Amino acid sequence: MNSAKPGVGVIASRVRFEEKSLMAALERRGAEVRHVDPRTLFIVDGTAWEGPGVVVNREVGHFRALYAAGALESAGVTVVNSAAATHLAGDKWHTSAALLSRGLPTPRTAIALQTEAALKALDEIGYPAVIKPLVGSWGRLVTKVPDPATAVAVLEHVAALPSPQSHVVYLQELVAKADRDIRVVVVGGQALGATYRRGADWRTNVARGAVSEPCPLSPDHVRLAVAAAEAVGADIAGVDLIEDADGKLTVLEVNDRVEFRGFQQAHGSAVDVAAAIADLLLERARAAAGARP
Amino acid sequence: MLKIAYAPECPECAAQVPLEEDARVSEIVECLECRVELEIASIEPPMLTPAPEVEEDWGE
Repeated sequence: MNSAKPGVGVIASRVRFEEKSLMAALERRGAEVRHVDPRTLFIVDGTAWEGPGVVVNREVGHFRALYAAGALESAGVTVVNSAAATHLAGDKWHTSAALLSRGLPTPRTAIALQTEAALKALDEIGYPAVIKPLVGSWGRLVTKVPDPATAVAVLEHVAALPSPQSHVVYLQELVAKADRDIRVVVVGGQALGATYRRGADWRTNVARGAVSEPCPLSPDHVRLAVAAAEAVGADIAGVDLIEDADGKLTVLEVNDRVEFRGFQQAHGSAVDVAAAIADLLLERARAAAGARP
Repeated sequence: MLKIAYAPECPECAAQVPLEEDARVSEIVECLECRVELEIASIEPPMLTPAPEVEEDWGE
């Protein structure tokens, strides 16, 4: 690496709009960008890392992201977001626990380790409820259960899934909400802005065809989103909020490798997410360079 | 407006896939003919491979 330019790594097996715009933003700021593909990454115990001292984790696969971050941290690299943040934000139960520990409003949630226990938990939470996989995104396998008969059928399918982690059942009350949720992007403790995501599907993921439109950023949005990002230790986060029937805000989840294409398109030139992330990373790179003996 | 700098063949249908001058390795593009998702495997020389299938833990 050119020692005159600050070096920043980007962990990504898939370079999408987000990664491309971030790499361009870093280069415009004079950084030397190194693309770290986790598919070819390996760290041997005791071997020095010769890449940049700061890397941003943009890996699309949760487990690759988690282990790449942990491996690089073990080699002395500063990873944004940290492996600890990816661990908390990437698992819905850990996220819920982190939010609850900070007293943040979140839907009533239960975890159960077997079907019978899950049915009892659902009786406590009440119907309609939602069953979600612990790990995963884009609304995949998120299932509404309106009644006990549906719950039994869904849990039979869950029990037949191959991975042991799939058998851990994460349950939430279904929050009666408008046909939208609110995505707030937080970078370095600052809320950059918010979008409404509306879709025909009750799962308002852009990946499922939901459309993003600007949402006026309120003090409550800022307070909750910044606190939620802090709760999981994420410097960069996409925080999803929902409003219940009375308009009360609740934190649904925190995304540690936020996809911001829809958000960026909705805000146009008013917000530049890639620039904000690049500035944060360069600040960390300068701090790391200053700290080196 | 970025220029088209490369036009490698789609590995599925052999159509030319135009890539702009700011194309990057591991970038995901789509063949306009057969609509398959492709990954830029290299820039010099420009080469495409079918993009990996979505896995269970993918997302944000």
